[in-house]
Amino acid sequence: MNFHSILFEQPSDMKRGAATEAPPFFHDLNLDQIVDAITADRQEYDLKPFFHTPLTDLAAITYRYQIMRDLENTLLFKNIKAFSQQMLTMRQHLIVAEKLSYKYQKEREFLYAVEIYGDAVKNLLQDMYREEPNSRGLLAFRAYLAEYVESSQFKTLLNEAEKLKSELSSIRYCLLIRDNSITVRNYDSEIDYSAVIEETFAKFKQGAVKYYSVQFPDFGMNQVEAQVLERVALLNSDVFNALDHYCTNYGSCIEKTITDFDREIQFYIAYLEYIETFKMAGLKFCYPRVSDTCKHVSNREGFDPALAHKLIDEKSAVVCNDFFLQGDERILVITGPNQGGKTTFARTFGQMHYLASLGCPVPGSEAQLFLFDHLFTHFEKEEDIKTLRGKLQDDLVRIHCILDQATPNSVIIINEIFSSTTLKDAAYLSRKVVGSISQLDSLCVCVTFLDELASLNEKTVSVVATIMPNNPTMRTYRIERRSADGLSYALAIAEKYRLTYERLKERIKL
Amino acid sequence: MKAHLMYLDRDFNLQRVLPSNEQALMQDLELDILFNSMACGDEFLYRVAKHAVLSGLQDDLETILYRQDVLKDCLMNHAVAKSIYDIAVESIESKKGSWFGIFSHCPTSILYDAINLLQMLIGMLKKLKLIADEHSDGFESKGFSTFFMMLKTELTDEYFASIEHHLTELKFEEGVLVSAELGIGNEGANYVLRKSLTKKPGWIQRMFEQGPPAYTFHIHERDEAGAQALSELRDRGINQVANRLAQSTDHIMSFFVMLRTELAFHIGCVNLHDRLFQKGERASFPVPAPPGAHYHSCLGLYDVCLALSIEQPVVVNSLAADGKNLVIITGANQGGKSSFLRSIGLAQLMMQCGMFVAAESFSANICQGIFTHYKREEDTAMQSGKLDEELCRMNDIIDTLIPNSMLLFNESFAATNEREGSEIARQIVRFLLETPVKVFFVTHLYEFAHGLFEQKIENALFLRAERQADGRRTFKLLEGEPLQTSYGLDLYQEIFGK
Repeated sequence: MNFHSILFEQPSDMKRGAATEAPPFFHDLNLDQIVDAITADRQEYDLKPFFHTPLTDLAAITYRYQIMRDLENTLLFKNIKAFSQQMLTMRQHLIVAEKLSYKYQKEREFLYAVEIYGDAVKNLLQDMYREEPNSRGLLAFRAYLAEYVESSQFKTLLNEAEKLKSELSSIRYCLLIRDNSITVRNYDSEIDYSAVIEETFAKFKQGAVKYYSVQFPDFGMNQVEAQVLERVALLNSDVFNALDHYCTNYGSCIEKTITDFDREIQFYIAYLEYIETFKMAGLKFCYPRVSDTCKHVSNREGFDPALAHKLIDEKSAVVCNDFFLQGDERILVITGPNQGGKTTFARTFGQMHYLASLGCPVPGSEAQLFLFDHLFTHFEKEEDIKTLRGKLQDDLVRIHCILDQATPNSVIIINEIFSSTTLKDAAYLSRKVVGSISQLDSLCVCVTFLDELASLNEKTVSVVATIMPNNPTMRTYRIERRSADGLSYALAIAEKYRLTYERLKERIKL
Repeated sequence: MKAHLMYLDRDFNLQRVLPSNEQALMQDLELDILFNSMACGDEFLYRVAKHAVLSGLQDDLETILYRQDVLKDCLMNHAVAKSIYDIAVESIESKKGSWFGIFSHCPTSILYDAINLLQMLIGMLKKLKLIADEHSDGFESKGFSTFFMMLKTELTDEYFASIEHHLTELKFEEGVLVSAELGIGNEGANYVLRKSLTKKPGWIQRMFEQGPPAYTFHIHERDEAGAQALSELRDRGINQVANRLAQSTDHIMSFFVMLRTELAFHIGCVNLHDRLFQKGERASFPVPAPPGAHYHSCLGLYDVCLALSIEQPVVVNSLAADGKNLVIITGANQGGKSSFLRSIGLAQLMMQCGMFVAAESFSANICQGIFTHYKREEDTAMQSGKLDEELCRMNDIIDTLIPNSMLLFNESFAATNEREGSEIARQIVRFLLETPVKVFFVTHLYEFAHGLFEQKIENALFLRAERQADGRRTFKLLEGEPLQTSYGLDLYQEIFGK
């Protein structure tokens, strides 16, 4: 079993390379907020490219799911976090070593970094034996690690460091400071005079008193200390020669495979930590069944994590929604009152498919999703002065562009298309667009105020944002599968404000 | 070294929390007058007096007796006690002038200040030792015997000599010898000041010359950064010893602080004793009984605060209330009831802190809490009405009530009509009688007082402010059944004339 990468089983899975730029639909689907939140505490690992790059192969997705499941073992999860923490500390010491000005200082820091590195690697291997992961990825990495730890290269690296460390820490020397001279020699069991003084006055001890020791600011080693250190090195030349030798030999001893693992495993850790806050709030995440052929997608108890994140902060309830497509159904047409959760529902559909394509668990208690080749979104945009096009024209240009690239394996999310034109135009254009998508057989979610789209053909399914029956201004944020009935909603609102015909007649006698 | 002139085995703690009803006690028992007499204008004496008296409720019988003995010694050897106190005060005052430890961030100057301060403190300790050598025979209490014995054994001439030797050594005329190890980044760490066991002059220098390899380097005179670094290294070396020495001065200082604090109580008591003696009033050491049992008897009890505020002699009362846990006091206005109630509370507090009491003889069981519920003249809480305010305070008392407490009621629940007030009082007292507390209740509520009398409760005692046949008051309280009227008419007549 050859280990390649904890994110990509095969070199070919990386063929597209990691994208530094976010995909165009990121903002529309709130995925930018989600990824920002996931990666916020891990800037130094530069994880965003991984979240910007969906997988295109089912096996590659499974590879990650397996690893993700392994890491749901909290012990293993903690172990790997501890490993990362040690690696971080090691890097900090290497950086410090770079900055220091005196040779023996640099060398000691380097030695320390190596020691931490060795501990990190050995601990991780032990942990991985104890916690017994099942995923192909972690098993392959463990095998690699076992081989590395057993290698004579690694063993010598650590043994020599250990020896040097203990020799250095057993050095004890004396300074005689008199006027402007300093004499350095080895320590010769002179007594601790502070202890003698303390003993002399012990009988007066009365309980806690102020601490008068001065904290010396750490400005690093000054020239006098450096001169002292040079003399200490002369007094202990064997140890310091060995230290020189070690640093020359092992200057670049940190394995790239291990540093890569340390970075890439953060992808999983970051995601799992992110979804933990939702789980604590009672929301669910699941591993979806992903298919690249079957378009009968479904989800139970899904939600938009970006929105849920805000709601949990405000201690408000998060409303979950379900969806399913069966038979010939491909297009979910969402109608209903404004602010009723329509856009959120459309986003959830897109987010879910995208997250699944990254090999991440998705919101909901269960899900069957489709592995798309492209994901397109068409959301209302602020009018862009630079394009010098009218809004309707802009809408049409964008939708045309999408339809041009879309294939039967694409997912398309359309939010409030053609709202800037007349109802008649909008109805006509929408029918055309939705018709094209039907023909293409792509999966689609379409948010619209046009009820008639909901029953356009056998591929469309009507879902409606619902209201409280007895108080039409109260939204439930529940999206239900039923026929569009925008009119009764409008009447209910009018009733509430006593603006229906009957009410107006009662109110005003003119 | 400990003073231990308040407790056998621990320090007197001025930080100890005082009873939560401190304010009420101060006000109702006029404690300010008592403390001022003890303090004679000295703020510190006032503070200690207040603290000792109010925290005494938390101490046990042994502590009371221990402190009584120390106080008796102080009364016998007034001048010696005062001179010990003065030494403690002088030691503490002398530190105030120095900047020591407050602004200094340099071990060299901390050490310098510490050495100077120590030399002064050693002088004070020698004075103390001298007093012990000359006067300890006149003291009998366990507290003082132990104190003097401690001074004699701890502060020997050899000990003083060894301290002086160290103070000379710490001037480092031979240079500073420091050991170190290699810490993080091979920087020097764990600096420890060292001293060789060889003691002949020039030993260090010789050792470096003759011993194992050593390397010496010099900082050039004009190398300011180098000189700075060198003195920092030296400072690191003496950091620990400077700390230890400075802490030692603090410890010695705390010894003097404790000595001053503990003696301050006794000095305050001596002051009060002098005042009473000058006025011809009597004072005696009370006999405390353990908590739980109901003992309360005295002869010649008087209100010490009243005695301290008026010229003429005050009225004394006697009480024989052993086995009683309820004393109801009724009778004429201006008949000495309030004063009597206060004398009960004051004597209890004074006894429990180890003081003498204002009585010819006094014996009572220890109470772990003293609570006062007095009619308040001023109505601070206008919005809540008087009875409401009274009941609110009563509620607070019940909230903090502990077993073996003493409750002093003065004209409580009189803010409503007699029937209602009586009923409230009756229900409260009925409850209290079923708990291990002792109640003194001054009241005009005839229905309440008489109702209790009718019940013929065995452990209740009824006292009445005496009125002679001609209507004059003696301010004496005698045992007697509550009477319907309270002689307000007398008072009216006395003031307005017949």
